[in-house]
Amino acid sequence: MNLLFVVLIPFIGAGLAAWISRFGRLQSAWMAGAVALAALIALAPSVTAPFLGETLVQRIPWIPALGLDLAFRLDGLGLLFALMILGIGLLVILYARYYLAERDCMGRFYGYLLLFMGSMLGIVLSENLILLLMFWELTSLSSFLLISYWQHREDARTGARMALAVTGLGGLAMLGGFVLLGEMVGSYDLSVVLANGDLIRSDPLYTPMLVLILLGAFTKSAQFPFHFWLPHAMAAPTPVSAYLHSATLVKAGVFLLARLFPALSGTTEWSVLVMGAGLSTLLIGAYFALFKHDLKGLLAYSTISHLGLITLLFGIGTPLAAVAGVFHIINHATFKASLFMAAGIIDHECGTRDMRRINGLWRYMPYTGTLAMVAAAAMAGVPLFNGFLSKEMFFGETVTFSANHSWEWLLPGAVVVAGIFAVAYSLRFIHDVFFNGDPVDLPKTPHEPPRWMKVPVEILVAICLLVGILPAFTVAPLLSVAATGVLQSAPPDYDLAIWHGVNAALIMSVIALIGGILIYAGRRPLFKLATRLEGLLDAKAVFDWLLKGLLALAGAVTRTLDTGSLQRMLLVFILSALTLGTIGFLGGGASLTGERALLPADAVSVLVTLALLVVALWTVFLHRRRLTALIVMGALGLLVSLIFVKFSAPDLALTQLSVEVVTIVLLLLALYFLPQYSPAESSWPRRIRDIGVAGLAGGGAAALTWSVLTRPYESIADYFLENSVPGGGGGNVVNVILVDFRGFDTLGEISVLALAGLGIYAMLRDLRLPGPACDARGRPWNWDMHPTIMAALTRLLLPLALLVSVFIFLRGHNLPGGGFIAGLITAIALIMQYLANGVEWTHSRMTSNLHPVIGAGLLIGLLTGLASLVFGYPFLTSAFTHVHWPVIGDFELASAIAFDLGVYLVVVGATLLILVHLGLMHNASHPGEQETSEPNHA
Amino acid sequence: MLEELSSMEALIAVIIGVLTACGVYLALRARTFPVVIGLTLLSYAVNLFLFITGRLTVGLPAVISDQAAGYADPLPQALVLTAIVISFAMTAFIIMLALKARAELGTDQVDGRLDAEDARDARGGEHG
Repeated sequence: MNLLFVVLIPFIGAGLAAWISRFGRLQSAWMAGAVALAALIALAPSVTAPFLGETLVQRIPWIPALGLDLAFRLDGLGLLFALMILGIGLLVILYARYYLAERDCMGRFYGYLLLFMGSMLGIVLSENLILLLMFWELTSLSSFLLISYWQHREDARTGARMALAVTGLGGLAMLGGFVLLGEMVGSYDLSVVLANGDLIRSDPLYTPMLVLILLGAFTKSAQFPFHFWLPHAMAAPTPVSAYLHSATLVKAGVFLLARLFPALSGTTEWSVLVMGAGLSTLLIGAYFALFKHDLKGLLAYSTISHLGLITLLFGIGTPLAAVAGVFHIINHATFKASLFMAAGIIDHECGTRDMRRINGLWRYMPYTGTLAMVAAAAMAGVPLFNGFLSKEMFFGETVTFSANHSWEWLLPGAVVVAGIFAVAYSLRFIHDVFFNGDPVDLPKTPHEPPRWMKVPVEILVAICLLVGILPAFTVAPLLSVAATGVLQSAPPDYDLAIWHGVNAALIMSVIALIGGILIYAGRRPLFKLATRLEGLLDAKAVFDWLLKGLLALAGAVTRTLDTGSLQRMLLVFILSALTLGTIGFLGGGASLTGERALLPADAVSVLVTLALLVVALWTVFLHRRRLTALIVMGALGLLVSLIFVKFSAPDLALTQLSVEVVTIVLLLLALYFLPQYSPAESSWPRRIRDIGVAGLAGGGAAALTWSVLTRPYESIADYFLENSVPGGGGGNVVNVILVDFRGFDTLGEISVLALAGLGIYAMLRDLRLPGPACDARGRPWNWDMHPTIMAALTRLLLPLALLVSVFIFLRGHNLPGGGFIAGLITAIALIMQYLANGVEWTHSRMTSNLHPVIGAGLLIGLLTGLASLVFGYPFLTSAFTHVHWPVIGDFELASAIAFDLGVYLVVVGATLLILVHLGLMHNASHPGEQETSEPNHA
Repeated sequence: MLEELSSMEALIAVIIGVLTACGVYLALRARTFPVVIGLTLLSYAVNLFLFITGRLTVGLPAVISDQAAGYADPLPQALVLTAIVISFAMTAFIIMLALKARAELGTDQVDGRLDAEDARDARGGEHG
């Protein structure tokens, strides 16, 4: 399982690195280094496997039903990337420790960096496509955090947001592509996908799938026309750029092309799309890189260009081109990381990155200059440096490809132009910065950086040289296994030698070198031209325009629909529901009445219905006289519970009955603080309109009800009915569903209830409401003591009511009843005491602190569920047994009773909390008079 | 036609329709209290509708026994049972919002608009 740990260690380390920074800012750098090393060590035991020709797959089942496993694989390609991510990651960690200023928070930086490292490792080591996508999204998120690390800077925030928007949208497209791909082969495992290339390519949905996946890869790898986010991501600290834009983030896109190469490549669509994107990106990036005055801007566009080069190689689609692509991935990672680090040193020492001001630095930092020159030479493709080797393979591949196609000079010609520009911008990076006169008005006097800040650059530059001079002894084995990993078969023969004799590729290299020098020498008129052309081709402007349009559209829609008027919103809502319902019904072409046999109505039912209609209409008619309307509405609730009784739902009837009581008491208490009458303010036309809308809504609801009721249906009820007694140990199926089959739902529902109670408590805590001094008719409120007969009666009834609720609770598992109903009955019994005897009398006998009751209820519910986990059953599985009690008889003891107790406590607690605190406000609204009247009674 | 009209199904359809219509009308009023009442009526209608998706069954509660000839569908019942309790919590929450709005805005108009009526009301006067 070591691959899992390789991925997990950076995630855990991210938290540690952020935490440890409180003990000193450098601690997190040490911690981050240790974490990266630990991940390398975890990887170590598996390193040999790819060299022995094995593909390691380690799997932990996660959601097997969805084909989603925590599955990791290690083959040559994964190994190469894991080594680059961890190796360059270590160097960046070392470099950043010197780069970051005193005021920058180290913990946050290294936390984000490790988070990103873990996500990248996840991408390259995933065996499962969905898992890969999750890590893919995590890189989008963590790179957002890294790019926006300097949160106080506007450009950092904008750049980060743009990167997130572009790569996030790409990720969404890729999800669609992955789902299509997974459904084509019937598995989300890479092993299966890679082995079924022919099946995939012949699938009718191949093209949409390919486009979606390529959208993901191209946005991530900044391919034209999605390249514009990358230069704006340069607002990040330079160590971040060195990491993200050399070996990691932008390489994720080309990694995906390489990963899925055997499954997707080899079709015309693949060649056209991938080569087209690669070639245009290669040219555009190379052109813009030359004319950027910002040091990092130059590197950003050259990165775009090199990514285009790699994409183009994979697009060519031959095995040899894929080998060249992998090789250039390695080389680009090394020379670009070192160049970014060099740029960071220059920025750090000069205080600016503007190449018009940074000149002649050779005098101040010859050592850094030497390192930068080596790296730049590798970037330009000068012989004896690693970039030369892969670039020559690249030139050779374009020639081979074009030999079989018409327009044979076009592709080689275009890539030579790109090569010329690459030489020119590499030359500019060196000549403009280290020579070309004297520095212009620098904020600082530059000097060589601290010793250890140069070490990462030295290591990378050494690799560039070693690979460039002795390829066969250094990179060859790793390249070979990585290429095997890409192709999923042995790579073709290739020769890594520096000298192949005079061939087309060599001639192209020579043209590029000479052309590049000439272009740079004659750069001044070109720069003038470029300044004039600037802004003509600006993808960022298009992005901004789209974004602005989207926001404007959203704003317009919101302003049209939401005018700040609840009545209008509700009207729009109801009319939309009506329209959708009508369209759905008319579009379906179904008849209103189904085939189910009807139940004949009896006289009592007709009477109850008539009563209900009268009461409902009466409520509306009287609604401006609020107290009367409320009382009438209470009758309505009781009639509804009669419907439940009639149609075999005793539990619902009991619940409705008790809830009705609590609701009416609540609304009565609330009404005390509100006007007793509603003014007549709606005009008649408006009332008629509302009556019309209400009539339509009611008609729609009735039609819907009718069509549902007259249609036969299939239910899953049989399962519950059959398993209720043997599985749940209870005869009352409704209760067993609540506490056992769907116990998790119930746990959620009592949590909502508890939250509502606590929310109301919080809302009422600091609220002061003035109580009315007199009633609606001008009569002063009566401060009489509580009516004696009622007080005496409720006190007598309390034990009886509590006994009833215990009875209802205990029988609930087998007969109508249960925690919800028992809880409501208890709550009503206690509320009666408040109503009849006053708050103070009741408080002196009973705690008013109900939070522990709610908490205990939730805890009991949760613990009962967890208990079944301890015994190895799924969450909330109930256990039961029958015990024989003397006198009472056979009694069943189910663990579900404990869960029901939790429900009971939450219902009692929340209901009382709401009502008691509202009741307390009555006291607060008339403090003086209450004091004089209460003690008489208590 | 007559048979259809005199069926239990028709009665329930009419009940749900009228409850919905009354609820919608009250929800469109301009004061908080009628809106709360309207929402309560709507929750009756919705709960009833959810309940009847298990179709109408007379005299066959879902309590397992040897004598029962059949059972009503227990699943919608279980769902509606919690829905009733949650509706109560929702009603309570909304009415508290209404109280809070009145305390802070000085009116029980749903959009918080203060008019002459409210000004009189805020003085604790009588109106009707």
